[in-house]
Amino acid sequence: MGAVTDILRARFGDEILDAHERLGEETVVVARDHAPAIFRVLRDDPAARFEFLMDLSAVDYNGRSPRFEVVAHLFSLAKRQRLRVKVPIDEADAWAHSLVPLWKSANWLERETWDMFGIRFEGHPDLRRILMYPEFEGHPLRKDYPVMKRQPLIPERDPIDEPWPPRQFGVKA
Amino acid sequence: MSLPASAPDIAHDPSHEIMEIQMGPSHPASHGTIKFNLRLDGETIVACDVEVGYLHRGFEKMSEEGTWTQVFPYTDRMNYASPLINNVGFALAVEKLAEIEAPERAQWIRMLLSEVSRVTDHLTCLGMASFEVGAMSVGLYMNEAREYLYDLVEAVTGARVTVSYCRIGGVTNDLPAGFGARLESAFEKIRAVIRDCDRLLSRNRIFVDRMSGVGILTPEHAISCAVTGPMLRSTGVDYDVRKQSPYLYYDRVEFEVPVGTRGDNYDRFMVRMVEMEQSMRIAEECLRRMPPGPVKIDDTRYALPPKRDVYNSIEGLMNHFKIVMEGIKIPAGEAYQAVEGANGELGFYVVSDGSGRPYRVRPRGPCFFGMAALGEMLIGAMIPDLVTTFGMVNMIGGECDR
Repeated sequence: MGAVTDILRARFGDEILDAHERLGEETVVVARDHAPAIFRVLRDDPAARFEFLMDLSAVDYNGRSPRFEVVAHLFSLAKRQRLRVKVPIDEADAWAHSLVPLWKSANWLERETWDMFGIRFEGHPDLRRILMYPEFEGHPLRKDYPVMKRQPLIPERDPIDEPWPPRQFGVKA
Repeated sequence: MSLPASAPDIAHDPSHEIMEIQMGPSHPASHGTIKFNLRLDGETIVACDVEVGYLHRGFEKMSEEGTWTQVFPYTDRMNYASPLINNVGFALAVEKLAEIEAPERAQWIRMLLSEVSRVTDHLTCLGMASFEVGAMSVGLYMNEAREYLYDLVEAVTGARVTVSYCRIGGVTNDLPAGFGARLESAFEKIRAVIRDCDRLLSRNRIFVDRMSGVGILTPEHAISCAVTGPMLRSTGVDYDVRKQSPYLYYDRVEFEVPVGTRGDNYDRFMVRMVEMEQSMRIAEECLRRMPPGPVKIDDTRYALPPKRDVYNSIEGLMNHFKIVMEGIKIPAGEAYQAVEGANGELGFYVVSDGSGRPYRVRPRGPCFFGMAALGEMLIGAMIPDLVTTFGMVNMIGGECDR
C-alpha cells in the first residue's frame, strides 16, 4: 500500500472505507461527510501534496446501493503520484461537499457532474447546468435516462431579458 | 480654466455605465461555438462568464451504447485537430484495464502518429491565432503545412481526420510502403514553413504588441484550475505527461520540453512553435527505431482473427462473430490512463462490468480546463485581447463539450 493511504489511515482510521491498489493505481474510498477534511489533507500534507484536481466525475451503478460514486482523480507534480478518491453517494440523498474552496477546477467539474448525474454540490458558488441548457429535464448520464429520448424544443429567449450571470439555473448552494 | 465644482458624478454618467454584451455563440473572431457573457466598462472587461456546451453530442452516453471497439470513431471526433492522440489514449486505457500490451511495432507507430498529430494540432492553433490578429499569410502557410501531414495520415489510415486507426491491442494496419521517405519530405517542407513563420511573426512589432503581456496566467491559477499542456508550460511549470508519467516508449526517446516564463500569449505561442520541432524529432526517432513485426496483438480474445480463418474454419467464423456482435470482453474494473494531448493531459477513465460494452467512459479533455481558467484571465483585458487569448487556449469544441 502506498504512503498516501498510510497517512490517511493513520489520521482518519475508519473514515477511510476502503483502500486498494490495482493496475498500479491507488484508490481510496471515503465517506461523504469526511471527504472535505480528507481532501484538504491530500492537498496540503507535505507527504501528499496533490496540487491538481485532474478530474472529477461520477459513475451511476444503477441497482446498487449506494447508487452513485463521485470519482476524483488527483495528481501531485511534486511527488509524481496519482490517486483516485471515490465518494459513494446515495440516490435519495444525492449531494456531496463542493471542492471549490480547495481547487478552482472543481467549479466546472462539479457543474458538469450536477448537469449529467443530478448530484448536487453543497457550497458550490454557482451550481447551474454547463453542457445542457437550463430547460433540459433530467440528467442524461444516469443509467435510467433513455439514450433515444427526445425533449421538446424550447421557446427562443430574448437575450436582453437575461439576468447576470445569464441563465441562472440550478440549485442555490 | 475653472475647476469643476464637485467630483464627476460617475454613477449617473452614461460613459461609466457597465455594459453587458454577449459575444457568440457564433462570432467571427472566435473559431468554435462558444459564448462569452461579458460585462464591460468601456472596452475593458470587468467580468466574463464563459458558456460552453454548444457542441455537446453526448460522447459519454453514446460510448455506453456500443462495444468497446465502437468507441474509437467517437474519440476521433473529440479533438478533431489531433484525432490520433485520442485514439491512442482510449486504446491505452482499455489495454491497461485488460492487462494486455500491443506489439512493439504498434506502440512505435502509435507514438509516431501521436507526434505527427501534435504538429497538426499546433499548426492549426498557431495558424488560426495568427489569422485572427491579421497575419493572414501565416495562417495560410500553416494551413498548407498541415495538409502535408494530413496527406501522411491519410496514407496510413485512409482518412484525414476521422481516422479510427487504433484498436484494442494494436492498430488497424501497418505503415504503407515508402512511408519513411514521405515523412522526411513532409517534415522538410514543414520545417521551412515554421522557419518562415518564425521570421514573419516572432519579432514582428505588431504581433508582439498584441501577444506579449496579454492574457497572463499565473502558475498558481493554472495549477488550481488543473490547466495542463502548453498553457501550463508557458507559465514555467514543467509538466508534460510524456516526461512525468511516461506511456508508450516516451522514456526511451530523446526530446526536450520547452517552458515559458511569463505565462502570456506570446509564451504560449512560442512554446507551441518549439514543441513542433521536438515532436518531429521524436517522430523521426520512432521511424528509425521501429522494429519490423506484427501490429496487432496475437490473442483472439481481443483481435479479429485473420480472414483466411474466418472464411475457412468454424472456429474462426465464430470468433469473428462473437467479437463483432458481442464486443471484446474487458475484465471488470476501472482504470485511468493519461496521455499528453496537444493541449494538455488527455485522460480516459474507463469502467467495465465485464461485458462487451463499456460501463462508463470518461474523457478528461484538456480544453475544458483551459476554458474554465479563461474567464479569470480576461478580467482587466480588452475585447481584442479576448480574441488572442482565446486563440491561444486553443479550445476544440468537440473535446471541450464532448
